[in-house]
Amino acid sequence: MKIRFVLNHKKVEIDVDPLKRLLDVLREDFALKGVKEGCGEGECGACAVLVNGKLMNSCLVPVAQVDGKEVLTVEGYKNTEKYKIIEEAFLEAGAVQCGFCTPGMVMAIEALLSRNPSPEESDVREALSGNLCRCTGYNMIVDAVLLAARRGKGLW
Amino acid sequence: MVKVFMPQSLKEALRIRKEEKAIPFAGGTDLMVKRRRWRGLAPYFEKPVLFLHKVKELTGVKFEEGRIRIGASTTLSEILGNRDIPLILKYAVAEIASPAIRNLATIGGNICNASPAGDTLPPLYVMNARVVLSSFTSKREIKIMDFIKGPGFTDLKEDELLKEIVIPVDFFNIVFYRKVGTRKANSLSKVSFAGVARLDNGIIKDIRISFGAVAPTPLRAPEIEEEIIGKNKRKIIAKIPDILGKYAGIIRPIDDQRSTARYRKTISLKILEYFLKEEIK
Repeated sequence: MKIRFVLNHKKVEIDVDPLKRLLDVLREDFALKGVKEGCGEGECGACAVLVNGKLMNSCLVPVAQVDGKEVLTVEGYKNTEKYKIIEEAFLEAGAVQCGFCTPGMVMAIEALLSRNPSPEESDVREALSGNLCRCTGYNMIVDAVLLAARRGKGLW
Repeated sequence: MVKVFMPQSLKEALRIRKEEKAIPFAGGTDLMVKRRRWRGLAPYFEKPVLFLHKVKELTGVKFEEGRIRIGASTTLSEILGNRDIPLILKYAVAEIASPAIRNLATIGGNICNASPAGDTLPPLYVMNARVVLSSFTSKREIKIMDFIKGPGFTDLKEDELLKEIVIPVDFFNIVFYRKVGTRKANSLSKVSFAGVARLDNGIIKDIRISFGAVAPTPLRAPEIEEEIIGKNKRKIIAKIPDILGKYAGIIRPIDDQRSTARYRKTISLKILEYFLKEEIK
């Protein structure tokens, strides 16, 4: 089945099994390796992308469901000013160790800040509650988000 | 490869459902996990798949004539963001999974999965919700309590789709929900509890209580609720041992990977006791 969608701001069309996971389509067919497979069952958020601006686990989405929609992965986000602010905040706060969860975290943070540019700590923890990190213990990531929100005032 | 359908209208969807006996696919957050295979391989479906995400008639929340109508494809995030949705349902939905899953998962999916631990069910039970089931040729509306038959089993016929959930609007001044899970996000319920009541001049005019994950289907016992109605706080306190005893007789949880029967029973009665003692005031 032909599936058409907008991927990282570009129109794409792909002839594919409509049941194939968006995760596999992004990694295999479009070579977007920033999208990670952690658990493959929606628990860890490593594969999180934005679909029409909403955070979704791409391991749970058959590609048919994004037909006609806009998909944004970390590759389509990394050249934005917002990303730069998140990246610097992550560096300063020590929010990256192994880095496997980071792309999903970044997308979850964009989903949060685009809705709520001045989050409280509890909002951050809620927004990241579906993203597992086995290295940092989360506190540094939460600090990084609060720092990014302060520095990026007016951007989101 | 199985056939896959992406209809745009309910009529078309119902025709496909009837002719192809296709598996309805709403948010897919459970189906994609149950049917997953090795990475790179599409999940396995033995029958045609009927995607419902483009069917407009299954979306949206309407408020009309003392009823709220929730389209079956309404996502859990949409429920949280809608001002007309009763609080008891919002409390439960807020504790389901994580934001990314709530953006995909639908209320209709949670109902049709009929998991004993389905977290939207106890709130829907206490609100006397009804479900509208459509087929290509007919439409019927039944109580949610009659729709849920057992773990994974509903009254949904082979040619039917769950169209919407209808909730009568009732006034409650006590709304209490509690979920017990292993962690705050992304955990399935060991026990869940929904309790609503209307207290008028110190007298209980209405009270409804439902437990999740303590029996094959969510538990509600209107005959015990009847005994509480009409009483004041002091009388309820005196009657608590009797009420707990009655629920203890019908709460029949199981041991499984998430919890034990003993823990579930103890905790569900403790939550009930807390609700009656502390929340009703």
